[in-house]
Amino acid sequence: MSAPDTLMSQDLMQEAQAAPASKAEVDRLDFYYGDFRALKSISMPVYDRQVTALIGPSGCGKSTFLRCFNRMHDLYPGNRYAGRIVLHPDNSDLLAREVDPIEVRMRLGMVFQKPNPFPKSIFENVAYGLRVRGEGSRRRIEEKVEQALEDAALFDEVKDRLHEPAYNLSGGQQQRLCIARALATDPELLLFDEPTSALDPIATASIEELIHDLKKRVTILIVTHNMQQAARVSDYTAYMYLGELIEFGVTDELFIKPKMKQTEDYITGRFG
Amino acid sequence: MNVAKDIQKRKRHEAIFAVVGFLALMIGVLTFVALFIDMAIKGAGRLDWDFFTSFPSRRAGQAGILSAWVGSTLVMLVTAFFAVPLGVAAGVYLEEYARKNWLTDLIEINITNLAGVPSIVYGLLALGLFVYQFGFGQSILSAGLTLALLILPVVIVATREAIRSIPQSIREGSYALGATQWQTVRYHILPYSSAGILTGIIIGMARAIGETAPIITIGALTFIAFLPPAPVTAQPPFFSVEWLFSPFTVMPIQMFNWTSRPEAAFQVNAAAAGFVLVIMTLAMNGLAIWLRYRLRRNIKW
Repeated sequence: MSAPDTLMSQDLMQEAQAAPASKAEVDRLDFYYGDFRALKSISMPVYDRQVTALIGPSGCGKSTFLRCFNRMHDLYPGNRYAGRIVLHPDNSDLLAREVDPIEVRMRLGMVFQKPNPFPKSIFENVAYGLRVRGEGSRRRIEEKVEQALEDAALFDEVKDRLHEPAYNLSGGQQQRLCIARALATDPELLLFDEPTSALDPIATASIEELIHDLKKRVTILIVTHNMQQAARVSDYTAYMYLGELIEFGVTDELFIKPKMKQTEDYITGRFG
Repeated sequence: MNVAKDIQKRKRHEAIFAVVGFLALMIGVLTFVALFIDMAIKGAGRLDWDFFTSFPSRRAGQAGILSAWVGSTLVMLVTAFFAVPLGVAAGVYLEEYARKNWLTDLIEINITNLAGVPSIVYGLLALGLFVYQFGFGQSILSAGLTLALLILPVVIVATREAIRSIPQSIREGSYALGATQWQTVRYHILPYSSAGILTGIIIGMARAIGETAPIITIGALTFIAFLPPAPVTAQPPFFSVEWLFSPFTVMPIQMFNWTSRPEAAFQVNAAAAGFVLVIMTLAMNGLAIWLRYRLRRNIKW
């Protein structure tokens, strides 16, 4: 490498400018299930209105990591966090003891592995987050529900049967309903935990397209066991193994020329 | 090895079990059917409108079950009024709120055991506590409270099992949207478990309506020729709780009373009353099945 120093720093500066603002900063995060240390000192940024994928073999802790963001682990006894997840712009630490997990979950939305619509009507599913927040105005709820269904690319398919049970929908529609449910309360960060693992390829494609559209408005963090999916939908990728973050980088670079041997072994299929 | 012979031998074993199993089933079913039909035939002559609208009498032909079925109905109302909220709340608390530790394990084991305590023991407890200590007397209120205690474990266990069948993904979905624990219980846990809970309540009530021992223990009358005061009054405040403190009798006690009479005519009355009681119980169980079907129709995971 014989490039002059000045050019190098210019490159770096350009890269720094190209990097989007940070939405969240994970800072030396540890997580324990009882005595078992499931996450080991993870630090990485989550960029604003970008899609960040978490990949890695089964049991590597990627779902555990995702569920730290909205404090899902607080629901079960014996779980413990150390380190911080700082959410911008207000720089609040999501994991701080004095921060109520309910407040965290009001700011972050989550979509689960298996579509989990409530056994209620389509309308009530989407309205639930608003009702929980005490929204009393019927008109506002109706507006929000319609908007959320539009944003989840589901409105046209269900507009004539909003009051029918949600379980009449197909699997892919159910998952989009769950996305609409999460969108209705305007989350700042949307967490996807293997959202297409229970879906067929066509439904998967529509969810991926939706994720691509949604990143204009909301920051997305997605766990996937499918590397092609990570390559297709994400801007940044984090590779995890045995509770550690092995590599984090721009998706195209990580998949084409990974810096770590372990990452390369995994993405080329030599392992995992 | 002759394969055909081997198969034949194994099939013979299969046939033997099928026959034994069928006989075992028939012994149970036929015994009940025989008893029921026998009771229906014996009591058929007395099953008319007057039987339901007459008080007991010294003359078997004029005696009826009015005070007994009114008493049973009122006692069941009191039982449901106390057992349902207490049992459901306790079940929800144990399943959703209580931390899983040795204390909750101990409570859990005790509740299961309570369901197996002989009902007369509840009667003795109630005699000391409700009748004398609280001064409720030998009343509908005492009887209702006693039976409420008796079926409380049934309601708690049914509530817990119904709640346990709700997948965790539903709870997580609710919490992930920022719901509190109470909102999750109120909007998801209770509605989705209501079918199972209702079934448990009705099965418990069906057991309670046939209970005799604890009711006798707390001093129900065996011969009563008047009704409790009406709960609705002409003067403000237009309702009265006086009926709660009224003496009473219930269906099984009326039956017991008639079977202990020497005259054969009273045996007919007992059979007729028994028939009505079985129909009441079957109707409650039928209601439970229908409600479960209705409520579960709209719930799928």
